[in-house]
Amino acid sequence: MPKETAVPLHAIISDSRDDILKEWIKAQLDDTSRSQAVPDASIKASSTEFFKLFERAISNGNISDIDRSEWEEVRHMLSDLSASRATQGSTPSETARFIFSMKQPLFARLTKDKSGPDAGAAVWELSLLLDKLGLYTTETFQKTRESIIKRQQKEMMEMSTPVIKVWDGLLAVPLIGTLDSARTQIVMETLLQKIIDTGSKLAILDITGVPTVDTQTAQHLMKTVSATRLMGAECIISGIRPQIAQTIVHLGIDINDIVTKASMADAIKEALARGGWTFEKQAENN
Amino acid sequence: MDRIPILKIGETLLVTIQVDFHDRVALALLEDLSEKIVNFSSKGLLIDISALEMVDSFMGRILGNIAKTSRLLDCHCVLVGMQPAIAITITELGITLSGIHTALTAEDGLALLNKLVNAKKNGKPSAKKQEAKWR
Repeated sequence: MPKETAVPLHAIISDSRDDILKEWIKAQLDDTSRSQAVPDASIKASSTEFFKLFERAISNGNISDIDRSEWEEVRHMLSDLSASRATQGSTPSETARFIFSMKQPLFARLTKDKSGPDAGAAVWELSLLLDKLGLYTTETFQKTRESIIKRQQKEMMEMSTPVIKVWDGLLAVPLIGTLDSARTQIVMETLLQKIIDTGSKLAILDITGVPTVDTQTAQHLMKTVSATRLMGAECIISGIRPQIAQTIVHLGIDINDIVTKASMADAIKEALARGGWTFEKQAENN
Repeated sequence: MDRIPILKIGETLLVTIQVDFHDRVALALLEDLSEKIVNFSSKGLLIDISALEMVDSFMGRILGNIAKTSRLLDCHCVLVGMQPAIAITITELGITLSGIHTALTAEDGLALLNKLVNAKKNGKPSAKKQEAKWR
């Protein structure tokens, strides 16, 4: 059984509903630190809607536990609101202020109607409730931001590992950026699938865009090469810059059984030669 | 108990794994294969695992053992049609299938096998170094 409030909060709110709402909206619109991400009309609309749900939830008498079912509509609305604000580009404090700016008009009513110890208790209770709601908005805001970051990471991952068909039966993978295990996994998966799809027997791994090669990166490269071999295809590693060649030697990494080439051009030449292709330059007509 | 059929075509043995390849079947296959290689004095073994969708460390080891056994019995082993997921799993498990040849398709595998067997017949020094033309 939820605890009864110290003062009939619901009665106070329903008495001066319109005034509170007006003041609250005004407080939000007057806020000087507000960015222009959210238009005035949408602030008004969401405030009105929230206030309606807030009043309904309060009328149940429970103002201490917002996890309960009475508050479900409010929570729902708040998550939608903070999610949409997060995508619109509002700051977290701006979103939290949506709730916190409600304190002023509400507290003014509470202390005006009553005086004495009761009013203090009511303010305290209401303050706790609004803090909870405010934290809730910030949390959802943060969650939405995180999901955006995750999605972008995934997109970057996919964009950064294209598998190119260079020739019939010849694939190339230009690797760009640091090679960690998650990326190696994706490179491996896309490369192996492409090998099956195109029936290619040779793949060139170009590491020109890989800034540094340490033992772990080398390990990842070796894994990719051996997985490719298991499938029945061969791998050439190209784009080894002078510094990287020196690092590999310094680290004592053994890549003896892997064919390596200095540049992509050399790798393609070698690959075509292996496939039995020969090229000659046509004599130029002056 | 399920047994995987082993087809004999000339000097080559052909195995396609199409049933649920669990531990017992794998062990039985290893046994049957070594027996048949000796009986038919086969020179080549082609294992098609294109229908295999899952592999564990035991299976990986069995595949390696099949290759090693056939090598001992003077028979080249070519594994064809490995799925990407299996290739990744085997590398992640750290199983090195050394001594095993691989090819993308059964056709390529047979070509590679012929090459390996012929190279040996013609007395070429190292068949291993010879790489299959990919086109």
